[in-house]
Formats: sequence, C-alpha cells, structure tokens
Amino acid sequence: MQLSSKHLLGIRDLLPGDIQLILDTARQFKEVLQRPIKKVPSLRDITIVNLFYENSTRTRISFELAEKRLSADTINFAASGSSVSKGETLLDTVNNILSMKVDMVVMRHSATGAPHFLAKHIPAAIVNAGDGINEHPTQALLDALSITERLGDLKGKKIAIIGDIMHSRVALSNIYLLTKMGAEVTLAGPPTLIPKHIRDAFGVNVTYNVKEALEWCDVANVLRIQLERQNQVLFSSLREYNQAYGITRQLLDSLQKDVLIMHPGPINRGVELDSDVADSKQSIILDQVENGVAVRMAVLYLLSGRKESTS
Amino acid sequence: MKGVNTIMEEDQLKLTLKRLAHELIENHYPFTDAYIIGIQPRGIAISDFITQYIQSIHPEVSIHYGKLDITFYRDDFRGQIHIPSITDLPFSIEGKKVILIDDVLYTGRTIRAAMDALLDNGRAQKVELCILVDRKFSRELPIQPDYVGKSIDSIVTQKVKVMWGNEKRVILYDSI
Repeated sequence: MQLSSKHLLGIRDLLPGDIQLILDTARQFKEVLQRPIKKVPSLRDITIVNLFYENSTRTRISFELAEKRLSADTINFAASGSSVSKGETLLDTVNNILSMKVDMVVMRHSATGAPHFLAKHIPAAIVNAGDGINEHPTQALLDALSITERLGDLKGKKIAIIGDIMHSRVALSNIYLLTKMGAEVTLAGPPTLIPKHIRDAFGVNVTYNVKEALEWCDVANVLRIQLERQNQVLFSSLREYNQAYGITRQLLDSLQKDVLIMHPGPINRGVELDSDVADSKQSIILDQVENGVAVRMAVLYLLSGRKESTS
Repeated sequence: MKGVNTIMEEDQLKLTLKRLAHELIENHYPFTDAYIIGIQPRGIAISDFITQYIQSIHPEVSIHYGKLDITFYRDDFRGQIHIPSITDLPFSIEGKKVILIDDVLYTGRTIRAAMDALLDNGRAQKVELCILVDRKFSRELPIQPDYVGKSIDSIVTQKVKVMWGNEKRVILYDSI
C-alpha cells in the first residue's frame, strides 16, 4: 500500500485513497508524539533539504520537527543570504544540493508551479510547502485531520472558508481536499476577494454574507488577510473588513449553534479574527498546529518508502 | 493457498493458549510488576485471549495489558510501506517486567523491532517472549522465546498463519 504519486505537489493530484492513507498514518504518528521519546528511526537513512524561498516560521519549524522526529538529517536553506542573491537559478541551486546526496526536498516558493518544475528535472521526491497562490497541500491535510478529530468522517460535513480566497493557497488545497472527500464547501468574503467563476469551477457555494456562512457550516476556516500579496486595495480598511467580515464574539454568540473555528496562522488579531474567538473553546487552532507535525511526518514517511514499480 | 496443513485444530489451539497462560501465572502471579504487551497486528488475538483467560482465573488480580505496533522500527520498510496499527501502552514500562506476546516467531526481526520500540518507552527491568508457534530453525537473529506453544520445522517458502475467525486453527501452507 502506498501513495499514488512520487511527490506531494498538490491535493489536486491526490486520490481520496491517498488522503485517507495519509490521515490514518498521521493518527499513528500523533501517538508517537505523546511518548517520552518522541522519535522513531524510520527515516534515519534519509537526508531532507528544506528549501524555503519565501518567509515562513511555522511551516518550516513544523517540517523540521517532523523530519527530526523521524530521525532524518535535515538541512535548512533560506533564500536570503544564499547564492540566490548572487543570481543562481533555482535548478542550479537544487542540483548543487542534490549532488550532496539529498533524498527529499521540501519546498516553498513564491512562484506557482515551482515544485512541479523541480519535479520534472530532479530525481528527489518533492514536497510542496506552498507555491505562489496555488497550493499548500500539507495545510489542507492537517486541517482535514483536525476536523475529523472533532466531527468524524469528512463526508457530508459543512465547511466554510472565509476571507481572502483569491490569494490563498490554503483555500485552494482545502477546496480540492474537502470536495474529494465528499464534504460541502461554502466560500465567504468580500466579492473582491473571491474569484468570479469559482462556484462553477469547483462545485462550491459562494456567499458574500459571513453570518449566512456561519449559520450553515459545522466548521469555519478563517483565512488571513494577506497584506503582503496585494498591490491594490481590495477592501476599504482593516477596521471595515473586521466589521463586515471579521469573526467576532458577538457574531458567534448570535448563531443558533456552536461552530468550530480554524485558522492556518498567523492570525491578524482584530482583523479577520478577534482575540476572544481565537482563544475560545470553539477554536481548534492549536490542535491544527499539533496535527501539522503528525501530518508532515506521515507525508514524509509515506513518500520516503515509495518504490517505483518496475515494469 | 497451496499445500495447506493444519498444525493445530481449534481445541488444541485453545488448550495450548491456556497452558501458556498458566505458565505466565506460574512465573508472574500476581502480576504487580509484570506487564503483558501484545504485538500488532497478529499477536493481539493471542494476547487478548491469554490476558482474558488469566483474568478469568484470577479476577482478584489487575493485569496491565497493552498493545505495541512496531511498524516504525522495522528494518525492511523501504521495501514496502507498512501501515501502522494502534500502539496503546497505558502504563510506563520503566523498571517493570514485560511479557511480549506474538503469534509466530520466524526470523526474529519483529521481536528485534519490538525491543527497540520498548526501549524508546523506557527501560524495562526484564523482557520475556511468549510465542504461540516457533518456526524453530528459521531464525536470522539470535532471539529465542521464553514460553512456546508449539515448535515446528518449516522452510522459507512456507508460511504459518493463525486463523482466529469463526474457524480457529493454525495452518502451514506454501506461500509460493
């Protein structure tokens, strides 16, 4: 039993069986993380390079922890302060690293498709840690694990994704995963931040009324307003965003039921999510972080053992 | 399956398991610092039976019973990905005697992996091995059982399977 692909480039290419396998394996790794010695020797013969061309703290630390808990050797590469600033191309950088016998590459890059490009040109297994505004597959997987822990099987569950859908790779990966696993998805946010034809493209619902989405859903996944991505102002001000689309205590209390609140982090407190919601009992944000290490361990474990079928 | 031979019928199987349970009682009663751990996935049916049987003879004793999955400690997982089952050790093994229970002892690699897994959970005072079927001459590592149900001779192309469904028996068959 193994994953259908040599790489994890996006949820788009995964089968539902792959997703189930990763989640089941991640649950077992969660148990490992409760032990006094939080380590298993499975990847002790593997070297992994964390190739981060874009800033990240939590994803990089999460991957690094996952690698170390699997006993792999890890190398961290941050683009600033490396030969990238001397103009070295992506392919050259990676080929240089690979000739030092690195087995797997975990990559985050601001260009959509960068990991796919690498996958075509190098023999190592590639894990996409976020490419441009395309996908962030491990985030969607850990989101799915967090939802199943509280609500059981994903099939038939109602998930609202709220915020800057247009620029969010977390949103896209979640949309792919949730629809593949039979959940229902509603996107909510300002019309300027939701792509026009997304309803037809992905079979999701769209509303510009956040309260309506919250009344409907079981779980709300709240996205960060990505100030660094926008070159044009797509809403009037942060304060007005919070008033119209922010998840506030008052808004949650006005609903007929309790919804679970998720956020991929980092939170802009007081913008998309108020502090008294982020720190409340309904928030499973810290569970998401804990599940992130387990999910990444599962992905690395399953990809490292994959044998190409010999014909 | 070809060349199927039944090496233990249901009555004999249960009798042997009960005898193993009595051997454990003989050495470890009242089980205050002797903990039973079944090895996933196939040792669990055996360890469940033995533990329940001991508990039924001695309801005054509380048996510490856990399950150990050794998938991440295997030495062969690059050949084929194995999906882990649950590890549930609701106690610390530090300073305790551990009795590992598995169905078939063949090359010894599973037990080697189990001992590594145990080591990552603390330092046991002693580890003993209780096995239903010992494929006696097929060891690849220097590992031997302390409690044996039945010893058999077998060749590398054969497999031993403990069937624990509606039909309970132990069979030896050709795997090729």
